[in-house]
Formats: sequence, structure tokens, C-alpha cells
Amino acid sequence: MSKESYYVPDDLKKFGNIGEFQPNLAKKFFDYYGEVFTEGALTAREKSLIALGVSHAIQCPYCIDAYTTDTLEKGVTEAGLMEAVHVAAAIRGGASLVHSVQLMNKVKELGM
Amino acid sequence: MKSLKSRGSELVSPERQFQILKEVFIRKNLPSFSEKLIQSGLSALTPAPTKILQMNLGKLCNQTCKHCHVDAGPDRKESMSRETMLHCLSVLAASPISIVDITGGAPEMNPDFRWLVVELRKLDKKVMVRCNLTILLAGDRYKDLPEFFAKNQLEIVSSLPYFEKRRTDSQRGEGVFDRSIEALKRLNAIGYGIPDSGLTLNLVYNPAGAFLPAGQAALEHEFKKSLLKEYGIRFNYLFTITNMPISRYLEYLQESGNLESYLEKLVNFYNPSAVLGVMCKNTLSIGYDGSIYDCDFNQMLEMNVEGGVQNIRDYDADVLEARKIRINEHCYGCTAGAGSSCGGVTT
Ligand code: SF4
Ligand code: SF4
Repeated sequence: MSKESYYVPDDLKKFGNIGEFQPNLAKKFFDYYGEVFTEGALTAREKSLIALGVSHAIQCPYCIDAYTTDTLEKGVTEAGLMEAVHVAAAIRGGASLVHSVQLMNKVKELGM
Repeated sequence: MKSLKSRGSELVSPERQFQILKEVFIRKNLPSFSEKLIQSGLSALTPAPTKILQMNLGKLCNQTCKHCHVDAGPDRKESMSRETMLHCLSVLAASPISIVDITGGAPEMNPDFRWLVVELRKLDKKVMVRCNLTILLAGDRYKDLPEFFAKNQLEIVSSLPYFEKRRTDSQRGEGVFDRSIEALKRLNAIGYGIPDSGLTLNLVYNPAGAFLPAGQAALEHEFKKSLLKEYGIRFNYLFTITNMPISRYLEYLQESGNLESYLEKLVNFYNPSAVLGVMCKNTLSIGYDGSIYDCDFNQMLEMNVEGGVQNIRDYDADVLEARKIRINEHCYGCTAGAGSSCGGVTT
């Protein structure tokens, strides 16, 4: 396997460095990010599971890596981790399928 | 699985273990533990008056868990003699140390275990036993242990790495989960872990893999909910403990390719406020041969305490309290995140 790839696992640790080129916006983002994940109406564990699901929906390998570790650390079972991914997949699949109503509307509009 | 010792593994040597850790620290340009203490405004680790005497009764165990920092197992023969126990008892009789934490291996396998417990109770010390649960099902010799524990008002501290079979068995061995559940039911049946019974049953969680434990309170909630729902089991508190990068867990880290990232994680999560609660501050750890150590981990790394008193038969509280605690890179395991000690988080 080639060692070269657009995705480098070590780059996850360098996420904080995005402030190098635009410190103000990076700071605002990380403050916001930190605030989002603090315990609130949802527990930190619930938020981490949502993040795991979303990371699969948006297919970000860095987030998948980070939130698989984080949910494991928070004591979620393997089955729980996988269910979060199925929730993401169901919403993704459902979101495509529900647009087929538009397709059907158009078919009916164009048809005799 | 056999112990590192009977497999002749190079990891039996503490020097080799330190060397392995050091190589990663150099390669990854990580600060040593002592540098990190200084950077965070803390200098040497010094002890407070000793509150807990932890007695390691030997390395013999009926299990061979993958993460075991003692490298215990059925093939280990080291065992504390009654003579060494008598030295501990005479120190305790004349000392304000109020808690005795009995550990092993499986301490119940030491032939003088019950005798020791009875003698300790005569001294009116609070006695804790690190019971691995499956020992309660290991034959006729052990089957009345729950009643013995209850009669002597022992506090039980038991590892259950997870509330599910898969992760528990992967760390502690095939079938351990089912037997642990059966043992927990027996302990519950005589009152252990039941509110207001006065019989305390605490569980210990340590991650089954190369990750850190998180939120003790949240995890305790999950454990309680799940064990009660699935098996009708109750317990008092859950202690979350970080796996130390030594001995068999070090071997696992190496073999699974997780060593570098785990050590980096421990260093990155170093938490200065966790330092104050580490077990070496108020505990002395006694090896099976009476040697004195700052903690159970230093014991397994053969780092005897600094100073003139090296064995329990020469015990001198003033000399010991004036010592400096011996540290090395494994100490990051106690000070990452919320901290880790034999009583759970330290912050
Ligand atoms: S972790 Fe405990 S139960 Fe497992 S082998 Fe070591 S001493 Fe025995
Ligand atoms: S390993 Fe932990 S308990 Fe032992 S000396 Fe280091 S900090 Fe203290």
C-alpha cells in the first residue's frame, strides 16, 4: 500500500494548527466546538454518539477515528457504536428516498 | 495464556520495560514525567502520612488477564509467608494506619489468607480485599468465601472490565464474564452491594483496549443500569482505573501496535490536579517478601522505596515519610485525565 494519501492519521493531532493561518476564526470555532460538547440538556455520552453517527454520514475519517475512541472511552458498547452508524445510514438512506416523492410528483406532472 | 515469566519474555525485566518506554519518549519527543511535574509547578512527589497499607500476598492467580501488571497466573509461585504477615501485623498494631488493602494475584489463594484477615480484624483495621470474583467458583476450598468475607466485614473490590461478555472475556479470559456474574449473584445473595446491609461491594472498570477510561460517574450509572436490568445485580461504587503501560499490558500495547499512540495520549492528557490524589501519597505497598514500595506499580517494576527502610521488618514511619517517591514514565498512567488510583479517579 502506498504511504501517500490525502488522509494522514497524524493530521488529526494537528487540527488545532488551523489557527496558524486564521487565528480569530479558528478560536471562535474551537470555543464553539468546546461549548457544544459540554454536558447540557444532552449528556456528553449522547453528544459523542451523535458525533459518531454524523462522522459516518459525512464520511470524515478523522472524526470517525476520534469519536470511535471517544464513545468507547465513554463506555458505549460495540453494539451501541454500530447502532449510531445505522441511525446515520437510515437517515441518509431515508433522505434520498423521501426525495423520490419529488420524482413521483414530476413523473405524474409530465405523464398523461 | 501464560505469564511473561514462564514464557521467558524480555518484559520480565523492569530495565527492559523502562528502556522500551524511554525509546518511545525519545522518538516522539515527549517530556519525561519528572520534567512534566516541574513544568506544571510541582517538583518531587512526596508522601503524606500513610493511611493505607497494601499487602500483596503473592502472584499466584486462577486467571491470566491480558492487562495484568502483576504478571500473575496459575504458573506463579511467589507467596507471602506467615512470618512476613506477622511483621505487617506488628507494624499495624502500633500504627495509626487504618486501612489494609489485600491484593495479589488472587490473595485468597495464599494459605494464610484467612488467618491474616482474622488477625487484622482483631486490630480493628478496615480490611479491603481485591477479589477477582471467579475465585469464588474455583472449588470447595473457596466456596464459603462470601460468608467468610461477610463475617469479617471485609470490603470487596472486584474487577469487572465491562458489563458485557465480549469485552470482559477479551481481557480476562474466555468464560470469565459468566463466572463473574455468578459470583456477583452469590455476593448479592448474602447482602454484599445491597443498600443498608453494611457490606460494601465495589467494582473496578479498566478499559479493555488501548484507550482511557472516561467519566467515572457516568460509567457507574451505565454499569448499575445494565447489571441490574440484565442480571439483577447490585453494587456500591464503580472505580475507573487507567491501564498502566507496564508488564502484560505493555506487551499488549506493543503487539497491537498501540504503544506509541497510548503513551502520547497519556502524556497529552497529563492533568496536574490528578497528581495530588495518586495512591503513592498515602499508601505503602508491601511485596510478598516484605519489601516496601511506593505503590503496587513500583512494586512490579522492582523499584524499592528510597532511603534506609526497605523491608516491613525495619518499618520506621518517620524515615518513610521523609522519603521522595520514586517516579518514572509509567506514572503518566496515574495522572492522565481524571487521574487513576486503586480507589478510582483522583480528581
Ligand atoms: S488482573 Fe487480577 S485476576 Fe487478572 S491475572 Fe492479574 S491478579 Fe489475576
Ligand atoms: S505509578 Fe502512580 S502511584 Fe506509583 S509512584 Fe507513580 S504516580 Fe505514584
